[in-house]
Amino acid sequence: MKHREVKELCSHEHMLYLKKRKQRQIVVWTLRLALLVLFFGAWELITTVLGWVDPFFMSSPSRIAKTIAGLYEEGTLFYHIGVTLLETVIGFVIAVVVGCVVALALWWSETLRKVLEPYIVVLNALPKIALGPIIIIWFGTGSEAIIFMTVLVGVIVATLHMLAAFMETDRNKILLLRSMGANKWQILYKLVIPSSLASFISMLKVAVGMSWIGSIMGEYIVSRAGLGYLIVYGGQVFKLDLVMSATLILCILAAGMYFLVVALEKVLVKNAES
Amino acid sequence: MKKQMLRFSRASLIYHTRHGETVAAENLSFTVDEGEFVAIIGPSGCGKTTLLSLAAGLLKPSAGEVETFGSCGYMLQKDELFPWRTIEKNIFLPLEIKRQNTAENRERARALAVKYGLGDFLQSYPSELSGGMRQRAALIRTLATDPDILLLDEPFSALDYQTRLNVCDDVAAIIRSEGKTALLITHDISEAISLADRVLVLTKRPAHVAFTHEMDFGDVKKPLSRREMPQFSGWFEKLWKELNQ
Repeated sequence: MKHREVKELCSHEHMLYLKKRKQRQIVVWTLRLALLVLFFGAWELITTVLGWVDPFFMSSPSRIAKTIAGLYEEGTLFYHIGVTLLETVIGFVIAVVVGCVVALALWWSETLRKVLEPYIVVLNALPKIALGPIIIIWFGTGSEAIIFMTVLVGVIVATLHMLAAFMETDRNKILLLRSMGANKWQILYKLVIPSSLASFISMLKVAVGMSWIGSIMGEYIVSRAGLGYLIVYGGQVFKLDLVMSATLILCILAAGMYFLVVALEKVLVKNAES
Repeated sequence: MKKQMLRFSRASLIYHTRHGETVAAENLSFTVDEGEFVAIIGPSGCGKTTLLSLAAGLLKPSAGEVETFGSCGYMLQKDELFPWRTIEKNIFLPLEIKRQNTAENRERARALAVKYGLGDFLQSYPSELSGGMRQRAALIRTLATDPDILLLDEPFSALDYQTRLNVCDDVAAIIRSEGKTALLITHDISEAISLADRVLVLTKRPAHVAFTHEMDFGDVKKPLSRREMPQFSGWFEKLWKELNQ
């Protein structure tokens, strides 16, 4: 009997704990939303309502909404989004795949690693935008050039990130597998690859950011469509509404892609943590 | 004469690094007989792990010979269970590596796990087990391929004291009841005395065997019981002195 009472008491306390947790979560989300409303509200206030700053220089939330609606009516909104999104995603996938393959090759061969190390360091340090003219001459002015720029920005980071993860594989676990008579292939796919899963996910998060940098940078240099194009064009003709609208859409897309990776992480890393 | 399972014949090992070479072992000679439990103790840094790597065939001696007459199973300080595999999948790992992953072998390994109290944990992940249970799982993994010789590299040193005594008892019982030959390397004198049939004392680097002692506990094999016997402290003192010479 006494045991049951204690149990009930415990579960009651646990309920309280869960309730508190939920309340805290609600508070956090409310504050997040409030911050957003405050930001846009203040912006609207000092531009359109109070007229302290000319919306010509700062645009305003209402003008951004109007601009986006205008783009939608023109039928070009999703075209520009689609162009940039496609370039980013293709560049992202190529960068990740090539980065992983190169990292595997570098893990496999110490000689290759030693030989290529200084070149990778130089490529990593080089501002990729310096290659802009070369890219235009080689790839023309289409999406290929922008995808190439995206790959270029992402691939080195992906490679270095994965190589570091592969090299960090627990030496004792390698020793254990070797004592079982494992060959290098077995060490690779039984140990090195599965133990690098968490790093793979964190690499994806970094690569998402990198590929947006790459695609927008590419569109700055050479483009006829896309969100980067809208920003550059808007800047050139002093249409701050257009610049701000495209930037806002960019924020939403980048966040969306990041959360997709987080969702992937939840699926993949369910049982992988030690 | 009993069958020899492991033989070091004047084995030497030299390590090369950029700063020079280190003689890790020199003229190392000893044998381990079938079914025997041999413990090796030595001052820290004397190359104990090197010795096991030689026995496991992971390193080749620079001079002399190391021969094993049978297959080896290696057990490390930490359990080194793969966190993304269930206990069962961890235990099957050596079967996969050695391409012996048959239904029959899996069944044998599973039966071994059940026999030694891991039956309820086969589908659990290592993070759900206590340190002692994990080390037991590591031993079952080592036994999965039915090796003839067990090489134990301080397998209890990562555990807290109480767990350590219990797991030590466990592991000793399992090894004895499976009739395995074992070579234990440790820096813990009392562990060596309580577990082994024979204790070898190594010198500082370059390591070679300085003393060999047959333990005289009669039929008492249980480590905890041995610790309570009168001759235990005598052995401890003797080995302590020999280690510090």
